[in-house]
Amino acid sequence: MTITRPHIDPTDSAAQPIYRLAGVAKTYQQKKRVVKPLTGVDLEIRGGDFVTIQGPTGGGKSTLLQLLGALDRPTSGRMTLGDTDLAGASNTALGAVRAREIGFVFQGFNLIPTLTASENVDMGLEPLGLDAAERRVRVADALAHVGLADRADHRPGELSGGQQQRVAIARAIAKRPRVLLADEPTGNLDESMRDEILDLLQALNDDGLTLIVVTHDSAVARRASRRLRLEKGTIRDITR
Amino acid sequence: MYLTYLRRELSGRTKQTAIVAAGLAIAIALVIIVNALTAGVRDAQTQALESVYGVGTDLTVAGAQQEPGEDGGSRFDFGEDGGATAEDGTTTLAQSQLRTDRGRTTLDAATVGTISALDGVSSATGALSLTNSTFSGELPEMPADGGTNAAGEAGSAPADDAPQGGGGFGGGSFDVDSFTVLGIDPAVQTVGPLSSVSVTDGRALDADDAGQNVAVLDATYATSNDLAVGGTVDVGGTAMEIVGLVSSSSSSTDTASNVYIPLDVAQSLAGVGDVVSTVYVQATTADGIAAVQSEIESAVPDATVSSQSDLASTVSGSLSSATSLITNLGTWLSILVLAVAVVLAVLFTMSGVSRRTREFGTLKAIGWSNGRVIRQVAGESMVQGLIGGAIGLAIGLGGILAINIIAPTISAAPAATEAGAGGGPGGGRFASTVQTATDITLSAPLTPWVLVAAVGLAVSAGLVAGAFGGWRAARLSPAEALRSVA
Repeated sequence: MTITRPHIDPTDSAAQPIYRLAGVAKTYQQKKRVVKPLTGVDLEIRGGDFVTIQGPTGGGKSTLLQLLGALDRPTSGRMTLGDTDLAGASNTALGAVRAREIGFVFQGFNLIPTLTASENVDMGLEPLGLDAAERRVRVADALAHVGLADRADHRPGELSGGQQQRVAIARAIAKRPRVLLADEPTGNLDESMRDEILDLLQALNDDGLTLIVVTHDSAVARRASRRLRLEKGTIRDITR
Repeated sequence: MYLTYLRRELSGRTKQTAIVAAGLAIAIALVIIVNALTAGVRDAQTQALESVYGVGTDLTVAGAQQEPGEDGGSRFDFGEDGGATAEDGTTTLAQSQLRTDRGRTTLDAATVGTISALDGVSSATGALSLTNSTFSGELPEMPADGGTNAAGEAGSAPADDAPQGGGGFGGGSFDVDSFTVLGIDPAVQTVGPLSSVSVTDGRALDADDAGQNVAVLDATYATSNDLAVGGTVDVGGTAMEIVGLVSSSSSSTDTASNVYIPLDVAQSLAGVGDVVSTVYVQATTADGIAAVQSEIESAVPDATVSSQSDLASTVSGSLSSATSLITNLGTWLSILVLAVAVVLAVLFTMSGVSRRTREFGTLKAIGWSNGRVIRQVAGESMVQGLIGGAIGLAIGLGGILAINIIAPTISAAPAATEAGAGGGPGGGRFASTVQTATDITLSAPLTPWVLVAAVGLAVSAGLVAGAFGGWRAARLSPAEALRSVA
């Protein structure tokens, strides 16, 4: 399989801290029970890092990923993405950050079943306000990059799990984000498909894209340049 | 991309789209048909009233209601020389009477002037409503052995020298005929009962006919009685020259009266003096009708003042039933079905949003704004509404077409031709009861605003559903949305 790579300039963010988290805590209420998944996270992630976050189920991994993805705000602590204060930003500002700087990949792919692969990728470009020609080029590049140029007109139901996840990755990278966040991206895939996706993610990281992956899979973690473990609401680096 | 997504979503959920569209379609079709039928019934009502009161009449002023039997009813009295006796002893009796309508008192003719002088009155004219009753028959010679009063129940007064008691009745043959006569001011054409008629033969009455023994006949009455222009009609024992025939502007209704004669002639023949039965009033403006009605009620306190809307409520027959059915059942049914359709659309849209929590959560996660998500949901709902509206429009137009092809007829009996009060057979009296029931073809006219309203309703229903669905989608926090489906 030939993979053409998108244009990602690694010098933009390499070696510079992208994320800065200090004393980040998150509390929420679930059925009259107060849950404290994060009690005090201090963390810096540099541009070009390939970071995995591991930990027990219910340990706060997904919560941390949502904070990193500007989907939610911390209850306390400081948290920035570049120059943007994610803890104090408005919903609109968080939406703009998600639209331009963050790509998401989900365990369940989260593609829209009624749309084709190219249309699903195009959905990621919708908030950018690009003209139609530019969007067409970006969609075609992204699909080619994940090796699905010939499947552009297929709907998710007509694609395998691995292919669907590649469409999801294409949707995430078409906007040329600063960071790609993935929540168990290989959780629904068999071993060969998992390796296919990991190769793809690895290649994107090699091109300079910062990757933060929440995973239970040690095969994924082995590929990472930095391995973090989240336990009892706090994080520690277990990279050797 | 907006339209592609919208189209794919609606075609991907055909069942929901079909149910919502079908609900709205039925509601819109009902609204269209009920509105058209309401307009049709209103037209029919106007038609029924115009045939009696005339186009342009805003108010009618009539004398006070009388108690039944107050005026005594018709009575034919024959004196000794009341009939002509032939050689074989058969006595021929014939008498024609012209009486004012029972049930109401008359108004002094000066009332017309009083009303004309009021503010807001454009024109007014008086008319005298009469009933011509003719009694005719033959009495054979009384048997030699005597007999009862030959006139018996027919009302002939017994002659002083008539044999009393014993014997049998020698037989006889009597005809009683009655027709309505309206004395009108021949100089006034714009308001009143003849303002809505068209002349089918001869001419209408004009100002020069005042004081002349001339008559204009209702064309239907003339045909059924073999009367024509140039001939004569006997009114109150006086031969009136027929100068014209008129028919209602509506082909399905008769005019207000059988015979029209000049007012002064009618007053003279009826021997009632300078009176009128009804004053027809045209207001200067439509807005001023209520004020004029109030003024007339003050100026002529004993009279009954009715507006066209008051009169509409007096129309009886199946037209009244149709009005009631459409106004009550039809309107409420439309509202109910529309409400159900809107609620259905709202519930389906909100349940659709719930089902698509992961989808909207994902879209927000990749940067879609709330506004963009709301536009998507509202757009989908609005298109569902438009599809329902288009189908409803087609069904509604089909329904209207079907009604106009079937063209059901309904009967209408305007209260202006009141049943005669009092009298009744007995004691030589005859009640001249005239109740004119006309059959009116019910049509369902299509007005452009109904189409606009139907499309507007469909779009509004879609927007309401979209607003609820969009509100729910906007409230979805992307983090919670993704957490809830993880």
